Amino acid sequence: MREGIDLLRDMLLVRHFEERCARLYQESRIRGFLHLYVGEEAVAAGVLGELEPDDNLVATYREHGHALLKGVDPGAVMAEMFGRQEGCSGGRGGSMHLFDAAHRLFGGNAIVGGGLPLAVGLALADRLTRTPRVTACFFGEGAVAEGEFHECMNLAALWELPVLFCCENNLYAMGTALERSEADTDLSVRAATYGMAAWSVDGMDVEAVQHATRRALAMVRAGQPCFLELRTYRFRAHSMYDPELYRDKAEVARWKERDPIAAFRGRLEAAGVLSPEEAERLDREAAARVDDAVAFAEAGTLEPLETLTRHVYADRGTR
Amino acid sequence: MKLTGREAMRQAMRRAMAADDRVFLMGEDVGRYGGCFGVSKGMLEEFGAERVRDTPLSESAFVGAGIGAAMAGLRPIVEIMTCNFSLLALDQILNNAATLRHMSDGQFGVPLVIRMTTGGGRQLAAQHSHSLEGWYAHIPGIKVLTPGTVEDFAGMLQPALDDPDPVLIFEHGALYNAEAELADAAPAVDIASAALRRTGTDITLITYGGSLPLCLDAADQLAADGISAEVVDLRVLRPLDDTTVIASVSRTHRAVVVDEGWRSVGIAAEVSARIMEQAFWELDGPVARVCTAEVPLPYPKHLEEAALPSVGRVLDAARELVGHG
Repeated sequence: MREGIDLLRDMLLVRHFEERCARLYQESRIRGFLHLYVGEEAVAAGVLGELEPDDNLVATYREHGHALLKGVDPGAVMAEMFGRQEGCSGGRGGSMHLFDAAHRLFGGNAIVGGGLPLAVGLALADRLTRTPRVTACFFGEGAVAEGEFHECMNLAALWELPVLFCCENNLYAMGTALERSEADTDLSVRAATYGMAAWSVDGMDVEAVQHATRRALAMVRAGQPCFLELRTYRFRAHSMYDPELYRDKAEVARWKERDPIAAFRGRLEAAGVLSPEEAERLDREAAARVDDAVAFAEAGTLEPLETLTRHVYADRGTR
Repeated sequence: MKLTGREAMRQAMRRAMAADDRVFLMGEDVGRYGGCFGVSKGMLEEFGAERVRDTPLSESAFVGAGIGAAMAGLRPIVEIMTCNFSLLALDQILNNAATLRHMSDGQFGVPLVIRMTTGGGRQLAAQHSHSLEGWYAHIPGIKVLTPGTVEDFAGMLQPALDDPDPVLIFEHGALYNAEAELADAAPAVDIASAALRRTGTDITLITYGGSLPLCLDAADQLAADGISAEVVDLRVLRPLDDTTVIASVSRTHRAVVVDEGWRSVGIAAEVSARIMEQAFWELDGPVARVCTAEVPLPYPKHLEEAALPSVGRVLDAARELVGHG
C-alpha cells in the first residue's frame, strides 16, 4: 500500500520516463511504435500501489508505467526500448511487449483485448490451485468493442474468477472517439450487465483511484471479479506517428489543466505534507533514476544473430 | 484390446488426468453432453465439473484462458469442436500461444494442448469439414500433430502434455470410429517423427491423418498391379520430419503427397518443396500431389466425394508417375 509521497514519486517516475522516451524516439534511438502514458499516470500509480508483489499483471501496449510500478527495474525497461538483451524481454519485445516473470508481469499485449483471455486463464489457475492471488488486467476503452472483452467479462463472472478489470478510458481508441464507436458510452453500466461490481472513477485523481482499487480488491480477493472504468486522458499523441487530426488543441489544453501530478502535488503541499523544496527534490530524483536507466540501456548489448531462433520452442527446434 | 479412435483419446485423457492434478479439460459441451463427438463421455462424472469444464461458446476466451492457465503452470487440454471454429480463437493461438516464449525471451512458456476435429467426408458442408492443420503448421512456436492410427490417438496426448510448448492435435472425424487392436492401451509414441506404415520399393505415398487409410488401401491395390508402394505417415506437421521423407524418396525415387487440405500453399506443397530441395537428384519424376479440390466442401455426397482425396485419385497419380518413371 503506497501513501501520499510514494504515489507522487511513482507518478513522477513514469512521467520522466515517458518524456525521456519521447526525446529518445525523436533522436531515433528508440524505434517501432511508442505509446506514451503521459497524463494517465494516476491510474497505474493508484491501482498498482495496491497490488501485492505476488499478484499478476496483464497490460497493454501502453504499459511502461505499469511495468515500472509493478517493480520492474527502470534500466531493464529502458534497455527493452533500445532493443538490448539486458531489456526485461531480452530486447525481443520492445515498447509494446514488456515481460518480467519475477514481477509476474505477463506482458504488454499489443492486440487490443488480447490480454483479457490470458488474465482469465491466470485467475482460473489460481482458482484451481486455491492460490490467494489477484490478476489485474489493464485495457483501454477501445477493447470494449472487441468480442474478447465480452467473452471474458462473462467467463470471469460465470466462473467467479479473481480478476480486477481496469479499463483505462482515455476517450480515444487511437483516433476514434468513444461516442463514435459505442452506442452506449457508459462502460461501467455495460460491465455490470455481466454480473459483476463495476463503477467509474476519476482517473486523474490518484487518491480516488487508490480508494476505488482498495474497495474493488476486497471484492476480488473474496472471489468475485470487479470492473473499474478509470476516466483519464492521454496528453500526448496515440503514438509517435500520430498527427492528432481527430481532437482539437483546446480539448487537450483543458485536460492538461487537470494534470494528475500537478494536482496531487498541489494537494500535498496545501495539506502541509510536502514542501515545495521536497517536491522539487522528488522531481530531481525521478529524473536521476531515468538518467541511470538510460545509461544502463546505452551500455546494453545486442543479441547475437546466432540466437535468433532461441526460445521459439523450449527445445530450440527450428525445423 | 480393441479400441476406436474415440475411445483411445478418451482413455488417454483419463490416464493423464488421473496421473496429474495439473491437467484439466475444457471446451464446449465436453462435460454434460459428453463432447460433441462423444470423446469425453463419462469424464465429467469421473473427474467433476472443476476439471471437466463446459465453456460458453467463446472460443477466443476459453482458448486464451487455456493459454493463461498454462503460463501459470497448469496443463490444460482445450477442446475445440472443429477446426473451422478454431478460427474464432486464431488471435489467441497465433498472437499469444505461439509468440509468448520467444517474445518474453524464454521467461514464459505455454504448455497447452488444443484438440480439435478436422476433415470432411461426413456431409457436414462448408463450415464443419475443412482441413486447416496446414495453416497452423505455418506458425513457428506451435507444434501440430495429426494422428492417423488408433495407436496414435491413444499415445500422442501424453507426450503433447509433457511438451513445454503449445501442441495442437487435429483429430480427423472419420477416425473416431476406426478400430484397431492395441497390444498396449497406453502406447509410447514419439511426437517428433514420421512413421513408415508400409515399406515398398517403387513409389512413396506421403500422407497423414484421415488420408492414411486411403493410402494404405491404395498401396494394397497397387501391389496387385505389381507396384510396390511405401507409405509414410507424417504424423507431425510441425516440425516436419524431413529425414524419414527424404530417406524413403531416396529409396523409391517417386513420391505422391496426399493431403486433405486444399492444394495451393498447403502441406503437400511444403513437402514437395523439401523433396525438391533435399532429394532433387534422387527423383525419377516430378512429385505429385493429391489434395482437396479448391472449393468450399459441398454437402451432397457425390460432390463431396469428388472434392476429397480418394483411393481412386491416389491410384491414378501413382500409376501415372510410375508409368512416366
